[in-house]
Amino acid sequence: MSNKVIYAIYNDDDILMDAVKKTRAAHHHIEEVFTPFPVHGLDKAMGIAPTRLAICAFLYGCVGISVATAMMNYIMIQDWPQDIGGKPSFSYIENMPAFVPIMFELTVFFAAHLMVITFYMRSKLWPFKEAENPDVRTTDDHFLMEVAVNDNEEELISFFQSTGAVEVKVIDKH
Amino acid sequence: MYTFSSKLKTLSFILMAVGVLGIGYGFLTAPKDIQDVEKLLAAESHGGHGEAKHEASTTAESEHESDATHNLGSEEKNVEGSTAVVTPTGDSSKVDTAKVVEDVQIEPVVKKEGHVVSEEADHTEHLNHVLHQLQNKPWSALYVACIFFMLVSLGVLVFYAIQQVAQAGWSPVLFRVMQGITAYLPVGSVIFFIVLLLSGFHLNHLFIWLDPEVVASDKLIANKAGYLNFPFWIIRAAIFLIGWNLYRYYSRKNCLAQDESNDNLNYKKNFKLSAMFLVFFIVSESIMSWDWIMSIDPHWFSTLFGWYVFASFFVSSITTIALVTLYLKAKGVLEHVNTSHIHDLAKFMFGFSIFWTYLWFSQYMLIWYANIPEEVTYYITRIELYNLPFFGAVVMNFVFPLLILINTDFKRITWVLVMAGVVILGGHYIDFFNMIMPGTVGDRWFIGISEIASVLFFLGLFIYVVFTAMTKVPLLAKRNPFIEESKHFHY
Repeated sequence: MSNKVIYAIYNDDDILMDAVKKTRAAHHHIEEVFTPFPVHGLDKAMGIAPTRLAICAFLYGCVGISVATAMMNYIMIQDWPQDIGGKPSFSYIENMPAFVPIMFELTVFFAAHLMVITFYMRSKLWPFKEAENPDVRTTDDHFLMEVAVNDNEEELISFFQSTGAVEVKVIDKH
Repeated sequence: MYTFSSKLKTLSFILMAVGVLGIGYGFLTAPKDIQDVEKLLAAESHGGHGEAKHEASTTAESEHESDATHNLGSEEKNVEGSTAVVTPTGDSSKVDTAKVVEDVQIEPVVKKEGHVVSEEADHTEHLNHVLHQLQNKPWSALYVACIFFMLVSLGVLVFYAIQQVAQAGWSPVLFRVMQGITAYLPVGSVIFFIVLLLSGFHLNHLFIWLDPEVVASDKLIANKAGYLNFPFWIIRAAIFLIGWNLYRYYSRKNCLAQDESNDNLNYKKNFKLSAMFLVFFIVSESIMSWDWIMSIDPHWFSTLFGWYVFASFFVSSITTIALVTLYLKAKGVLEHVNTSHIHDLAKFMFGFSIFWTYLWFSQYMLIWYANIPEEVTYYITRIELYNLPFFGAVVMNFVFPLLILINTDFKRITWVLVMAGVVILGGHYIDFFNMIMPGTVGDRWFIGISEIASVLFFLGLFIYVVFTAMTKVPLLAKRNPFIEESKHFHY
């Protein structure tokens, strides 16, 4: 019984947002919402916990700046001491201005790339993965809300029809 | 409608009064002649820490001297020394003849006189130099505060124009706040223009290239005389100031007319006007930064200086919008401004702090890397003589905002924003201080009565003008086509 779900399909993001708010207010459990594009504020309306990706980004950035510092220090100062800008001090800190762009770039590089990889892993996305969205129209111009059914099929169908859904289906999920 | 609270009004009057007293004190206590300076230097070198300071000042002296006379020989140096005695307020025709006579006479004098005389001349030259620096100090303090507050209101005007041109949906509820802050622009422009005129009439020595003596003895400045001369310079200043003020006037007028109209005609007019203003602004801003700030060190130039100055006053402007908005919100007169608007302003504060740092560093790194003597003097002066304000500005304008404003939740907390805002504004005042003071007072800088009083005076005036302007019109641009979107702005 518990693997029965309702697919309520909408054709406008504003109607979808209102529907999501109403559904939450009526204490129905939203499993997932599929949209063709990111809908602003949807995560908050669904009550999803704030993302922790920002914390990851900060940590990755710290790794990036450390790698840059260690790398530049090894390459330019220790392994093959270089005369930078006519100032042969052979000290990392005194030549630091020359290394700042690299430190900055690697901070951004690490933060950006590792954040994307983290996001893919967290979203269980990888090459050749089969699409999860239940209706191809959600990749075009329709929005789909998936809601769990708990012996209240009839009630839910009429509820979603009242929220402006263009289509309401009950599906047996395996 | 907002009413100017009597407490704030009293505060602004107190600030202005204290400011005027302090500025007056600064001018009255500035040394009048080289005898005063001699006494002052003697007192300094007898004091506990005087010795070291004096030594530092002489090194700085020679450095500054070499900067001023640059690639000229010792002969010209002597010319400068003897001509410097001529009072800077003397009229130019007199000075010109004096110069010619000296040019003829100076060579035999140099050759005849012995070592003793030249040492004495050196001493007098040094005293004169210090005298000029000390006489410049109250002027520079006034100038820094004056240009800073004027540019803050200009920056707000630019921010407002960008919102108009971008047809931004989030910001129309803040338009009247921005217009209120730009009310200071006409007042600030007039005062600033008067200060420029006074410099032009040789009441102070802020711009050494305005002094015909200096131009005559300095080939580098003489080569720039086609651009850096008083008439052209003051005409440019007038065009820029009038242009900015015209935009402010008409843009505000259209915005108010839009409140009562039935169509969007006034709004469309404002859109076009703002687009034209932004084009005019970005050109005039660059030239303004060379004219009013970079020319204080007339030997040195940097191609990104215009952007650097822009970044500095623009982040200050956004911070000012945020602080004024928070104040009005706390008073309960901005019912449609929600935390999302505040959050967006805080994001701009954070972003433009980083932008300022980017330009600060870009300018520094290229000059540091190339290590060309005529360029690095600019930074050597600042690092050796202005170490604390130079690096302190980076801490206040970059490290502090970076650490405190990077957190999303902090961008919505009033006291965090007020604290960050005060630090950012202070930091950018110091940034302007660093841009202007080394060229005008050299190692004689101090953030003392003159500086603080100047800031207090202009702060008081700013508060008075801005909040008086806010009481005149409703604080909601109710017929702006984007006002509904702005009211419901939600991040």
